[in-house]
Amino acid sequence: MKLQLPIGERISLKHGAGGRAMRALIEQVFLEGVDAPLQGIGLAAMDDGAAIPVGERWLVLTTDSHVIHPLFFPGGDIGRLSVAGTVNDLAMMGATEPLALTCSVILEDGFPSADLLRIQKSILATSREAHAPIVTGDTKVMGRGEIDGLVLNTAGVAFTNRVVPDCGLRIGDRIIVTGTMGDHGFAVLAVRHKLALEGELQSDVAPINEMIRGALAAGGQDVVAMKDPTRGGLASALHEMAEKSGVGVLLYQDRIPLSDPVRAAAELLGIDPLHVANEGKAVLGVRPEAAERVLAALHAHPLGRNAAIVGTCMGEHLGRIILDTGLGRRLLTEPEGEPLPRIC
Amino acid sequence: MCLGVPGKVLEVDGLVASVDFWGVRKQVRLDVVDAPVAPGDYVLNHVGFAIRRIPAEEGLATLKLYHDLLRKQGEEDDLMAADVRAEIEAAGPGWWRDCDKPL
Amino acid sequence: MTSPSERDALQLKFRDPERGKALVEKLAHLTESLGRSPVAVMHVCGSHEQAIARFGLRHVFPKALDVIMGPGCPVCITDVPEVDEGVALAQQGVRVATYGDMLKVPGSAGSLADARAGGAKVDIVYSVSQAVELAQKTNEEIVFFATGFETTAVATAAEILRGPPPNFSVLSAHKYIPPVMEIVAEMPDTRVEGFLAAGHAATITGWGVFEAFVERHHLPVVVAGFEPLDVLAGLVRLVELIHDKTPKVDNMYPRCVSREGNVVAQQQLWQVFRPLGGRWRGIAHVPNGNLRLRDEWAHLDARRRFHIDLARLWTFAPPTLVQHCICGDIMAGLKSPTDCSLFGKECLPDTPVGACMVSSEGTCKIWHQYGGHPELTRAVEVNP
Repeated sequence: MKLQLPIGERISLKHGAGGRAMRALIEQVFLEGVDAPLQGIGLAAMDDGAAIPVGERWLVLTTDSHVIHPLFFPGGDIGRLSVAGTVNDLAMMGATEPLALTCSVILEDGFPSADLLRIQKSILATSREAHAPIVTGDTKVMGRGEIDGLVLNTAGVAFTNRVVPDCGLRIGDRIIVTGTMGDHGFAVLAVRHKLALEGELQSDVAPINEMIRGALAAGGQDVVAMKDPTRGGLASALHEMAEKSGVGVLLYQDRIPLSDPVRAAAELLGIDPLHVANEGKAVLGVRPEAAERVLAALHAHPLGRNAAIVGTCMGEHLGRIILDTGLGRRLLTEPEGEPLPRIC
Repeated sequence: MCLGVPGKVLEVDGLVASVDFWGVRKQVRLDVVDAPVAPGDYVLNHVGFAIRRIPAEEGLATLKLYHDLLRKQGEEDDLMAADVRAEIEAAGPGWWRDCDKPL
Repeated sequence: MTSPSERDALQLKFRDPERGKALVEKLAHLTESLGRSPVAVMHVCGSHEQAIARFGLRHVFPKALDVIMGPGCPVCITDVPEVDEGVALAQQGVRVATYGDMLKVPGSAGSLADARAGGAKVDIVYSVSQAVELAQKTNEEIVFFATGFETTAVATAAEILRGPPPNFSVLSAHKYIPPVMEIVAEMPDTRVEGFLAAGHAATITGWGVFEAFVERHHLPVVVAGFEPLDVLAGLVRLVELIHDKTPKVDNMYPRCVSREGNVVAQQQLWQVFRPLGGRWRGIAHVPNGNLRLRDEWAHLDARRRFHIDLARLWTFAPPTLVQHCICGDIMAGLKSPTDCSLFGKECLPDTPVGACMVSSEGTCKIWHQYGGHPELTRAVEVNP
C-alpha cells in the first residue's frame, strides 16, 4: 500500500489539497532523515498531531497554518478556522482539553486594520468557546504582493491519558460521522467562484473538542480511531484511516448525512460532497458493541445532532472505500486537487 | 456535457427567473425556454439557462412509464420481476401513485 | 422554497432503490432472453456515463450486456486544431474565456492551462453570460471559446441574439450530436445493436430527429434521462426493442423531451449557427457535426475578427506519450480505459495525456474518479 506518486519537479496546488499528492510530498520530502521520537507518535505517523509521553500521560502537540480565500465566508472566517482547526487536531488525538494555543500572524502591507480587528475578535470568541486560551504569538508584515493578505498559524498543546490514533481500525468496526458532510467546502466554493448561489450554504467551522470529549467518555477504549475530514473531505480521511489500518471500508450512501443546501449545490455543480472539506466534523472508528453508545453521546451534543453510523470495516479491498449507492456499488476514490464545478 | 438540474421558479423578471433548487437559489435566464413560465413552475437548468418548462404531470407520466415497463411482462414469462412487482404493490395501492399528489 | 417532499417527487423517486432493483431484474431477464453474449448497446452522452458511474450501476448491469460509451463528451471530441486556435489566440494576447473543462485539454502544443502558466490571459466561466459580463466590465477583447453540444450551444446563441458588447466574440467549437450517430452506426467493426440517446440534447432537438436514423440503420434508439432509474428504464426498453426486433425511437424521458423538442431554442440555435462538416477528435470527419456562426454574425466570429496564427505553435514537438494514447478508440466505443497502457499511470487527471482524462465527462476521468469497474461483490454485507 506504499504510495509511489512522484512529486514532480515543482510543487503545485495539488500538493496542498489533502490527497495522495500531499501525502507523497510529506513522505518524500519532510520525512527524509527525520529522527523518530524515542517514544510516542511522531512525524512518521502522519497523524493529526504528535504525542509525547510525560509521566503517566501524553502531551499532544499540533500546529497548522491557515490561508483561505475569501477571509470571511458564510458561517465563519479565517480567525475561527485557525482556532477550531488546531483545537480539533488535538481532539482527534484524544486530547480534548487544550492547555494553551499560540497564534502567529503574517500580514501583507496595506491589509485593512478593520478586517484584522474583526478577525482578532473571532479568534478570541472561538478560543473562549473551546476553552483554549491563546498564550503567546508573533506578528510579521511583508511587502505588498509578497503574501496574499494574511496567513495565520496556530499551535496547541494538551494532555491526554489515552491517545486515539487514526490507524486503529479493525474488521467489523463501525464508522461514525459526527454530522452533515461538505458544508464548509461548498460554502467557500460558492463565494470563491462567484457562483451566485443564494441560500443557506454555511460553513460548519467550529471547535468540536467538547463533543468529542462526550463521545470518548461514552465509548472509552472502544473508540479506536479518529480523524477530522478537512481537505479532501470524508473520502480522503477514510482512505488515510483505511490504508494505515489495513482494512477496507463499506459505506452506505443513504446513511451519510447531508444538508439540503449541500445536496442541492452538489447536484447543481456536479461535485461529490464526500470530496468536500468539513471544519467542524469528525470521523470515528468504533468497536461494534460501543457504536450505539457513542452515537447517543454525539446526539446529545448540539454539534452532533446529525451524527450517524455510515459504514463498516472489512477484511477485503484493503485500503479501499466502497460506496453502496442503494442501486449499485462503486469505489469512492480520493479527490485529485481542489474540486471544481462541472459546468455542463 | 449536459448537466441539467430541475428547479422551481420563485420569481420572474422579464427574461430572468429566480429559481430554487431545494434550498439553493440561482438566477436562470429564460431566453430559450419552450413555454412561458410563472412562479411555481419547474424548469430544467443548463449552464444558467432554462431549456425546458417541466409540466408537473410529466414527472408522474415518466414514473408511470417505468411502472408499465415492469408490468408488461408480469403475466407472461418473467416470474422474478413479477414477484418484485407483487412485493411493491403489496406495499400500497400501486407504488407510483404516491406521486399523484400535486407537486 | 421547495419542500423536501417536492424534491422527493421530482428527483428522489428516480433514485428509489426498490424500483431500481426491479428494473435491474427485468434488464437481466430480458438480456438473458436474447440468448447471446455480449449484446452491445451504446450511449452517446458523458452525463449518462456520469450517472452510471456515480450510482455504481455498472456493478449491477447484466454481464452479457455491454454498455459502451460513445462519443458523448463534447470537450473530448474537440479537435486538436480547434484547441490550437484557442491556445494561439491566448498566446497572441487576446483574453480567452472558456468552460473549466476545456482548460487542460491538450492541443498540439499544450493546453490553455499551459498558455496561462506562460502568462496568457485565460478566464474560466460557468456560463456564457459570465463571459459577456466580463466583456462589459473591460475594454479588452474577450473571446468566448465555446464548447458543448446543441444543449450548450443554445445558451451561446441566446447571448449572441441579445447583442453582446463589441469587444466580445465567439470561437465556436460547438458540436451537433445526431450526425455522429450515423458515423458510429456505419463503422465497419461496430457491434452496437441499439443507442441510448442523450436526454438533454434531445430536449432541444426533440426525439423526432432520430426517426430518419432508425429508418436508415434499422437500429432502435431510446431517449433516456440522467437519474439512475432513467438510465435503467432506458436500457430495459432498448433491450426490449432489440428482443422484439422492432427498430424504432422510443422516448423514456417524456418529462423533458417531446417529439418536436424545444422549438424556441431550435429557432435561436439555427438563427445563429449553421452545421458544417469537420473532424471530431478520435472519431472521423463528421458531416454537419460542427456548429459554426452564420455569415450574418461574422462580426462576432473570433475566426474572422482575428488572424489566428497557428503556425507559431508548430515549432513544438508533441510529447511522445501522446502516441500511446487511445482516446480515439475509447470515444468510438472500441476500447475501454483499462485497455490503455497510460491509464492511471502516466495519464492522470492532474497530468492528462489525452482529452478523455481531462473533462469531467471524459470516460477515462470518470473511470478514474469512480474507480472504474472492479469486482465489488466480495464486499461483505455487514449491516451497521
